[in-house]
Amino acid sequence: MNVQRIYLDHNATTPLLPAVVDRMTAALRDEFGNPSSVHHFGQQAKAAIDEARTEVAALLGADPSEVLFASGGTEGDNIAIRGVAEALEPTGRRHLIASGIEHEAVLNTLKALAKRGWRTTLLPVDQTGIVSPEALRAALADDTALVSVMHANNEIGTIQPIAELARIAHERGALFHTDAVQSAGKLPINVKTLGVDMLSISAHKFYGPKGVGALWIRRGLRVLPLLTGGRQERSRRAGTENVAGIVGMGLAAKIASGRMTEEGARLAALRARLEAGILGAVPGTAVNGALDRRVPNTTNISFDRVEAESLLIALDLEGIAVSTGSACSSGTLEPSHVLKAMGFNAHRAQNSIRFSLGAASTGAEIDRVVAVLPGIVNKLRSLTRSAVRA
Amino acid sequence: MRIVVAMSGGVDSSVAAALLAEQGHDVIGLSMQLYDQRGGEQSWGTCCTLDDLHDARRVASVLGFPHYIVNFERQFQETVISNFVREYASGRTPLPCAHCNSDLKFSTLLDRARGLGAEQVATGHYARVAHAPDGRWLLKRSADRDKDQSYFLFSLTQDQLARAVFPVGHLVKSQVRDQARRLGLTVADKPDSQEICFVPDGDYASFVARKEPAAARAGAIVDEDGRQLGTHGGVHRFTVGQRKGLGISAPSPLYVLKIDADAAMVTVGRREALGQTRLTASQVNWVAIDAPGSAVRVAAQIRHRHTPGIGSVRALPDGRAEMIFDEPQAAITPGQAVVFYDGDVVIGGGWID
Repeated sequence: MNVQRIYLDHNATTPLLPAVVDRMTAALRDEFGNPSSVHHFGQQAKAAIDEARTEVAALLGADPSEVLFASGGTEGDNIAIRGVAEALEPTGRRHLIASGIEHEAVLNTLKALAKRGWRTTLLPVDQTGIVSPEALRAALADDTALVSVMHANNEIGTIQPIAELARIAHERGALFHTDAVQSAGKLPINVKTLGVDMLSISAHKFYGPKGVGALWIRRGLRVLPLLTGGRQERSRRAGTENVAGIVGMGLAAKIASGRMTEEGARLAALRARLEAGILGAVPGTAVNGALDRRVPNTTNISFDRVEAESLLIALDLEGIAVSTGSACSSGTLEPSHVLKAMGFNAHRAQNSIRFSLGAASTGAEIDRVVAVLPGIVNKLRSLTRSAVRA
Repeated sequence: MRIVVAMSGGVDSSVAAALLAEQGHDVIGLSMQLYDQRGGEQSWGTCCTLDDLHDARRVASVLGFPHYIVNFERQFQETVISNFVREYASGRTPLPCAHCNSDLKFSTLLDRARGLGAEQVATGHYARVAHAPDGRWLLKRSADRDKDQSYFLFSLTQDQLARAVFPVGHLVKSQVRDQARRLGLTVADKPDSQEICFVPDGDYASFVARKEPAAARAGAIVDEDGRQLGTHGGVHRFTVGQRKGLGISAPSPLYVLKIDADAAMVTVGRREALGQTRLTASQVNWVAIDAPGSAVRVAAQIRHRHTPGIGSVRALPDGRAEMIFDEPQAAITPGQAVVFYDGDVVIGGGWID
C-alpha cells in the first residue's frame, strides 16, 4: 500500500531540520573532544556548547549562564521539582502545587515526592483548560515550596496566564516553575516577562534532536542536582555533555527564533482552515480548549459517538498521523486526563483527536484531511454497538 | 481483502496473521489490552508494558503489516471479568474464554474491524468454519484434536461465524510452530498459555474475593445427609468435582458435589456420587441445526478436555435444552459449557444450569 503520508502530530515530535542534521553530523565527526578537557579538542567542543547555550538563551530571553542542558523536558521538569523540593526541605517548605493538566513528567514526579512525605495539591482548570488565579491563591500555603504550571498544554494547546500565576506564588514565598515544552519555538518566550524561576524546554519539539533539552534556572536559585559526579553544567548536572545534541538544539532554537512570527501566522491560518473544514463537514464535532488562547499549531476536536482510538487507526490507515492526547509506551490510548480535568465526561475524554501542525503542513494536506474525515466518521458511527455512552 | 487479525502475541495468532498476509490479504493486526497488569496502581495516563503485546507488534513489523493496540479494558471488565466474578460468587464455575470470544473478539473487536473496512476477524483459534450447502455456517473441530478450541467458540452466532476466520484451524500445533520458524518469527517456541489470562497466578479465589468481597462469606461443608464436616471461607473457592483444598480429613477421598451460594453451603461426597446422566443448559446456541423439538443423538462435551459423552439432546422452551447421557458423566459443573457434537461438527451448545 503506497499512501501519501501526512504528519499532523508535531506536538509529539518534529522532524529534524536538514540544517540541524548537518550541524549535528559535523559535531559528531569533528567536535568529538570532551568539553571538560583542557586541550584544543576539549576547547573546541566546549565552544560549540557555549554557542548553543547562547542560542537557547536567546530563544528564552535569558542569560546563557542560566541555561542548563539536560536530556529533555522530562529531566528538566524533574530537576526543577525534585531539585527545589530537596533544596528547600530543611526550611520546612514541604508543599508542592501543580495543575491537574500537567504532563506526566510533572504529575508523576509530584506523586513520587508525595510518597516520600511532601504534600501535593493539583489545581483544577476551567472548561477551556485554564488555571484560575483564585484556585492558585486558595491552594497556596505558608509551606508551599514550588508551584509548577505548564506554559501551553500539549493536548489542547491552551496557554496559561503564567505571569499572573507566578506573581501570586511569589506573594506567598513559593517558587514557580513552568514546563514550556509545548510553547518553546511556537510562542515568544521571555523568562523575565513571565516572571518564573525555572522553565524547561525540549529540543525535539522545535525541529531539534531527541534526547536533549534545557532547564532555565534563575540566577542565584539553589537547586540540588539529580545526577552527581563531575562538574559539568556548573555542577548541577554531572556527566559528559551530549555535544552533538546540544549543538543541534542550539541551531534549532536559533532557526525557531527567526521564523516564529511568520510560521505562527501561517499555522494559525491552516488550523483555522482545518477547524472550519471539519466542523462544517462532520456533524457532532466541537473544538476543545481556549480558542483565543492557544499555541497556533494545535487543535483538539471531539467527535461525538466515535471512539478516538478507532478514528486514529482509521486515519493512520489512510496515511494521516494524528494523536489522542499523550501516547504511552504500549501505544494504548486512555481517556485524556486533560479533558477529564476540564470537566468532560469519560466519553468525550475518549473521543477527541489532536491535530498538531508543523513546518511541513500545507493547505493541500489540510484539504485532504477534511475530505477524508467525513467518510471515516460516518462508517465508525454506523458501527458503534458497545462503544458509546454519552 | 482486508482482514483484522486479533493478535495476542502468541505463536498461533502470529502464524494466523502471517498466513493471511502470504495469501495476499490486506492484514491489520489488532492486539487487545484487556486488563491492567501494573498491580492496580492508579496513575495519570496509565499504560501497561505487556510483553505479549510487544511480541505481537514485533511480529507485525517483521511481516510488514500495520499493527495497533486497542484498549478494551472497560469492555473486558464489563463482559468477561464481571461475569467471571459473578459466576464464582454464585457457586458456579465460569468459562471466561467463551465469553471473551463471543462477547468481545467477535463483537466489540469485530465492530472495530468493520469500522476500519475489514469485514472479517481472524484469530489463532484451533477450530474450523465451513459453509454448508444450505447456507448455514458450521463450526467444526480443529485438525489438531488435542488443541481443539471449538468448545470455547460454541456461542458464536451465524453472523459471527460468517465473519470469523481461523487460519490455523486446519493445522496441528507442530505445523504451526514449523510455519513460525519458516517465517523467522521470534515467537516460534513461545510456550502455550495455560491459565486464565487475567489471573496469571491461577489463584481464582483471591481474585474473586478482591473484586467481590461479599463472596468470601464463610459457611458449612456438609455430607450428602446434611451432616456438617467442616467450614469454608466462601463458595467461590470451590468447583464441582474438586477434591483438593477442602480442609477435611476423611477415610476416603471426598469430592465437591454441590454448591449452594444462597446458603453458603458446600456438599461433598464419594466419587461415585459425582456421576450424573442428566443436565439442562440455558442460552443455548444452535449452530448446525434449528432448535430440535425431538431428541437428537449427539456427543456432549461438558468441559475443556472432557471426552464427550453420548446421549440425546432436545430443545426446551426459553432457549434451554436437556441432555440425557447414556452413561453417567462425572462432575457436571454449573457455569461450564455443554457443547453438542456430531463428529467434528458443533451442533450447538449452552451454559450448564
